[in-house]
Order: sequence, then structure tokens, then C-alpha cells
Amino acid sequence: MIYNIKRDHARFRAIVKGKIKQDLKKYVTHGEMIGRKGKDMVTIPLPQIDIPHFRFGDKEQGGVGQGDGKSGDPLGNGESQPGEGQAGNQSSNHMLEVELTLQELAEILGQQLELPKIEPRGHKTLKSKKERYTGIANQGPSSLRHFKRTFRETLRRQIATGIYNPDNPIIIPIRKDMRYRSWKTDVRHENNAVIVYMMDVSGSMGDEQKEIVRTEAFWIDTWLRSQYKGIETRYIIHDATAREVDQDTFFRTRESGGTLISSAYKLCEKIIETDYPPSDWNIYPFHFSDGDNWSGEDTRLCLEILEKTLLPVCNVFCYGQVESRYGSGQFYKDLKEHFGNQHDSVIFSKIENKEGILQSIKDFLGKGK
Amino acid sequence: MSSSDFISSDLTPELTKVRDQIRKYAQDFGLDFFEVIFEMVDHEQINSLAALGGFPVRYPHWRFGMDYDQLSKGYEWGLQKIYEMVINTNPSYAYLMKSNNIVDQKLVIGHVYGHVDFFKNNYWFSKTNRKMLDNMANHAVKIRNYMDRYGQDKVEGFIDHCLAVENLIDPFLPFSIQKRKEPQGEDEAPKNMEPGRIKSDRQYMDHYINPPEFLDEQKKKMELQARKNKKNPSEPKKDVLAFMLENAPLEQWEQDVLSMIRDEAYYFAPQAQTKIMNEGWASYWHSRIMTEKALKDSEVIDFCDHHAGTMAMQPGRINPYKVGIELFRDIEERWNRGKFGKEYEECDDMVIKAKWDRKLGLGRQKIFEVRRVCNDVTFIDEYLTEEFVERFKLYTYAFNRRTNQYEIAERDFKKVKEKLLFQLTNMGQPFIYVTDGNFQNKGEMLLSHRHQGLDLDVKWTRETMRALAEIWKRPVNVETEVDGQKKIFTHQNGEFSEKFL
Repeated sequence: MIYNIKRDHARFRAIVKGKIKQDLKKYVTHGEMIGRKGKDMVTIPLPQIDIPHFRFGDKEQGGVGQGDGKSGDPLGNGESQPGEGQAGNQSSNHMLEVELTLQELAEILGQQLELPKIEPRGHKTLKSKKERYTGIANQGPSSLRHFKRTFRETLRRQIATGIYNPDNPIIIPIRKDMRYRSWKTDVRHENNAVIVYMMDVSGSMGDEQKEIVRTEAFWIDTWLRSQYKGIETRYIIHDATAREVDQDTFFRTRESGGTLISSAYKLCEKIIETDYPPSDWNIYPFHFSDGDNWSGEDTRLCLEILEKTLLPVCNVFCYGQVESRYGSGQFYKDLKEHFGNQHDSVIFSKIENKEGILQSIKDFLGKGK
Repeated sequence: MSSSDFISSDLTPELTKVRDQIRKYAQDFGLDFFEVIFEMVDHEQINSLAALGGFPVRYPHWRFGMDYDQLSKGYEWGLQKIYEMVINTNPSYAYLMKSNNIVDQKLVIGHVYGHVDFFKNNYWFSKTNRKMLDNMANHAVKIRNYMDRYGQDKVEGFIDHCLAVENLIDPFLPFSIQKRKEPQGEDEAPKNMEPGRIKSDRQYMDHYINPPEFLDEQKKKMELQARKNKKNPSEPKKDVLAFMLENAPLEQWEQDVLSMIRDEAYYFAPQAQTKIMNEGWASYWHSRIMTEKALKDSEVIDFCDHHAGTMAMQPGRINPYKVGIELFRDIEERWNRGKFGKEYEECDDMVIKAKWDRKLGLGRQKIFEVRRVCNDVTFIDEYLTEEFVERFKLYTYAFNRRTNQYEIAERDFKKVKEKLLFQLTNMGQPFIYVTDGNFQNKGEMLLSHRHQGLDLDVKWTRETMRALAEIWKRPVNVETEVDGQKKIFTHQNGEFSEKFL
């Protein structure tokens, strides 16, 4: 029986990986990833091949639910929304929901996408201190009293001095017998990393594009955090000018107007220069845009900044282009033209829609840099 | 490989005792079930069994592997756990998870007896094959042989196509009485009379009254009409699979595979038709057996925890366990207190209605009757009351394109019931009939979608038609409505086209 299912399982894996039955590959879907840091609730995607059936349009159907709320209330913000077409009929449940720690999550992500472990750059200059209880001391606060050791010490003394009576084993510790836990400070050399997220918030980036960036940034964050201790993140938004913002603003702002990508790169350059000496830090700039830069002039400037200052200090520079109705996508082409496919520390990826997120993460992180 | 591979261990002495006890309780409550063979399995085994629909041996197919992939990952990541499985055969087989604690095992055993009672006595299960274990194994052997002979890719590919249409069956077919064959058009015309001839005594005038040219013309018309009448199928047929089995130019092995898939689809159909009732009934009984008989004081918390977990409702989803058990309890109470019938319905005074108690005590009898005759559709249609919808805060939801999210739409009883029934009717799937096997006199198949307010998903329709065309081996057409306009989709030689009618 086990043998039987293992064979089916192997065959399914082979289909998903596109090794056999190419015609089925197009039915492979990945569930949508919803990440929420607050309550650590996430939806985990599992590859699935849908066998086609006659069915109703996805969002037309609606259904019946249960609970509080009045007409017009959203069904628990993003919370277990009905999966594809399964509203109420319970037929499929490929969206599994569970509470996981981010560490576990990163493991699953790494396993699913077959991400390599990141090879940090050579310098381990940052010191972090960690205190661990490793030894025993004769003095200390009573909150750290080591009961067992104290007892043993007392017993030893009483036997040695002949006070101990096996028929009436009363153990009375005196001050000299007291033992306490003591700690040692470990100095560890750590790799530190900083992620600089840059996002184009010009008029052409709509809510959908931002949602894609948000989701992707969350997963990249999760993965890098699992690889480095004490990771720092910085956020830059830009239209024609760039400014640094906090995380919340980063995902919510909608500006309008033109796009000068170079403004963001300049700011990124400055942040790195002032706060993150490349000898001590692993640096990951991520830039998301719809690829519509203001002018060829500016694009040339961007390329120059990248080549001269950013690339030499970064582990890898990632550019993600989100498909939008208005963007021309020219910047992607320019980058590609300039750096080609072989440049080690530049990775570009096109994200066409939500389904493209996984592939894009794999593009970015799959090299193990 | 035999099913005995599964009996990894018999029930432990402790569990045997528990089983005997709970079996006795269930019988005392009046449950009437097939004998149940319990087998202990570990998580690996239960995951693969679940992936195979409960049967130890199925034909090789990747989708079982896919289900296994999801179940085992779900288990490894601690997302889900299968407590129990039971299959509708005689005797029934039920699988218990080895790692469950004793309270869970008690609950599950009670639950299983509830299910098996339902399998045995519910009308909609009455036509299912109770020897399906053997049939499934036979299907597996046959399909494996075909794979050896024609190649795995080829046979599996054909199975993929069949699975795309496995829902195009008629679950009511096993219950319909075979209608008398409609007499064909030709037989209706009196033989001794030429069509169009006017009766006359005056033979000498015959040539004028009934000119031969006219008679010939009439005869031709009649023949044409007769040919037209010979439509196949003579009336729209919901069992598209059966139609294709009879009419598609299938090779012998293809025919065999298709008919096996159809058999299995018919076997599983009643379970989909009675999801709410079946789970509700089993939950009702595990709850009563546990709380009234089997539960020890020390086990109360664990039981409540497990039970509450099973009954939990999530926003936007109906939990069949919860709705089922509560409806059965509601029916029992209503019939115990006589809260039904004309007098009760017409009573306007809510206070009197709330306190209504005729002390009839018919509850028990009624729920057994309901479990015998209903399926989910009739269950909801007949017994879902306004009070119930209000008490359990049921609502309908819809997708709001403007805000891009699902929103609560209405709490109106009629709307909720309507929506629920819609979702349950035909298992929430579109009604598709085959209406012509010789469409446009070109041997094409014509399917019709009976439109009930919801459009078909075009992308999925295309893919399904591709699968249909692979089986039918000629073009396939689907007649439907899109945005209120009649449309016909055509799949021809790998090309998909559509036009307005």
C-alpha cells in the first residue's frame, strides 16, 4: 500500500517539476501566499494540479457563512477567505492555514522553493554578546541558587565532619555550602545584513502592484531573517524624488507624478554610505517598479550609480518589475541589455501577477548570495 | 498486495473493550449498522488511505499522489490530522489513528457507528455497491494491465480526460424507473395508409382527389421528419459519461477505463449528496454516546476540546458537522414539543411559539425518519427554519468587485436558504446535459448548460471541452449563456471558438 502511494507521489512530483507530461504543467497552480506578521498567520501554498471541470466563474458564486457582522462587512479581513470556487462545497482544501513562527515559515519556504542557504560574505566583524549560564560560583544572588549543588555540598561536608546520620538524614546547609549559577559571556562574530527596499510609487503603480510588492517583500524578509541575525530593513519610496519612510508608509503611500529612479538609487547610496560600511554588512538592495522611467538620461544615470557605487558594495542587487497596465517595462530591458544575464550580482525578475511571486522569490534568492 | 496488509495490528485489548462497549451503547440507542472492522494505522498509512479515498488499492494515478503530498505535508507541519476514516462497504472498514489518545478513539468509534448506520439506512446509499473494496481492486488490476500494454502515459492521459468529466453523471439515475421506450415516429403512422391520402369511395375519382405527385411529396416529407425524429439522445441526458460510452468511437480499453471511472463516480456520488446529513448524524451520535454513556470524568476536557474543534465554524464557510448536528438536534426538539404543522406555523404570538410544548415526544422517531429519506437538499429545504438561521447567525456573502473582497450580503432567511440550496443542488456544479450526438449532422456532440443565473467559467469550460473532445474524438459544442446572451462554444481539432446564437 505504501509502495503504491509512493509511486503516485513520485509521479505527481515529476509532473509538477515539469519532467513528464508537459501538457499538465499548465494546470499547476500555487496557492496564493498571504502573510501576516502580526498574528503569525500565513497561508502556505502547495503545488496542485487542477483537473478541469465545468464550473461557475470564481467570484460570481458567493456562499453562506456564519457569524457576527452586518451587511457589507468584509469577511474577516483576509482571514480564511473562501478558496477558489470551493465556497461551501468543501470539495478541495489546498489552502492550508496554520499558525507558524516565522522561522518555521522560512524553513518551509526554503524547502518548497529549494532555496540554497546563503553564503555570507567573508567578514565576521560584528560582535554580539550572549550570556549563558555555564558555571557554578560560591557567591551570587539567591534567585540563582543551585539547589542540587548546594544540597550535595552540604551532604559532603556533613559526611566529612561526621555529622551526617543515615537514620536521621537531616541536611542543613550553612553559608559556605551555598552554590549559585554563574554565567559566562560568549562573544560571537555575526554576519549582519541590511535590506534596502525601494519602491516606485508613481501614478502607474496601483493597489494590485503594491500588494504584490508587499507580499514579496514579506517573504524575502522572512527568508533573509532566517539566514542572518539582527537584520535591518530600510524603506525608500520614490516618484520623481526619493525619501526614506517607515514600513507602514512604504506599503500604503500612493503618490503620483513622474518617475526618476536615480533619485532612489542616490538615496540608497547615501544610506549605505552613512550607516552600513560594506566591510561589516551584507547589503541587499531590492527595487520594485513598473519599469517606467522618466527619461533615457535618467536610466543612464541609474546604470552608472549601480555600476560605480552600489554593485561593488552589495551582495546582490535585485530588481523586480511588476507588470502594470501603464508601465512600459523599459527599465527591465535597459538593465538586461546593460548587464546581460551573466552579471553575478544583479538579478532581475518580472512579476506578472500574484502567481508570479513565488517564481520571482526563487529568482532572487535562488543563487544563495 | 491484499487488503490484509492493512491489518498492521488488531485492536489492543483496551480498545477492543472500548469498542464493544460503544457498539452496545450505539445499538441501545437504536442505531442499526453493518459490522465494522476497525484497523489501527499510523499517520503514514492513514494519509495514503485518505488520498486513495479510503480504499487500500486503487489504480495508479498522480492525483492520489497529489492528495498524499498535501495530507502528509499538512500532517508534518502540524496543520491537520485525520482522526478517522470509514468506507461504505459491508462489512464497513474504519481506520483508527494509532497515536490518538483513548478519548479520541472513543469519540471516533462512536462517530464511525453513526456513519455506518447512515450508510446502511439512508435511501440515497441504497443503490451503492457494498462490495466496492473488491471492485476498486479489480479496477486497479485492469488499469495496470492496460498500462503495461499501452503505456502508462497514454492510459493515464486518457484517465485525466475522463476525470475532467467524471462529474457529468446523473446521481438520480439509479433511482429512476426505466421509462417505456418512446415509440419512434415511423411506427406512429398507420401502415396501411399512404400519408396525405384523402379517403374517398369514388375510386374513379382517385387520381384527381389524390394526385400521385402530391402523395409522393408527402411521403418524402414524412421520411425526412422521421429521420429528424431519430435524434440521439431522444431527450437531454445528464449522464454524459453513459452517452459517450454508448456512442463515442472508443477502443475497447478506453471504453473499459471510462466505464470504471463512471462506476466509481456513481459510488462516491451519495457521499457528496449527503455531506451535511452524514457528518451531522455521526456527530449527533458520538456526542450523545460520549456525554450520556461513555465519558469518564477525567476525559471531559479532552472530549470537549476535540468536539469543539470539529464543530468550529470559520467565516465564509459552512461546517457540515456543525450545521448537520444542530439541525438534527433542532428537528428532535421541534418534534418532541410538537413545534410543527399548520397550527404552529400559523401562530403569530412569538411568546406562545417559544414556549410551545405539546409533549409529543416524537423527536427520536422523526430524526430516524429524516436520516432514512433525506439528502442534503431535501434536509435543508424541509427543516431549515427561520429561527435556526437567526440562532446560528447564518448569512450569505458575495464578492464585491469594488472593494475586491468577500462581504456579508444578507441575513434574510429566504436568501440564506436559497443560496444554501443552490450550493447543494447538483453539488454546486452547473447542470450540463448532452442534447445531440450528431450535431449539424456532422457527428459532433452538443452539450447544453441549463443556465440558472451563473455563467460558466470560460477558461475551465475550454479545458473541459478539450478533454471531452479527446474522448468523443470529434468536435464538441457547448450551448450556454454569457452575460444574458446565448452563446455556443466549439472545440474543434484543438481550436476553441465561440459565437453568439
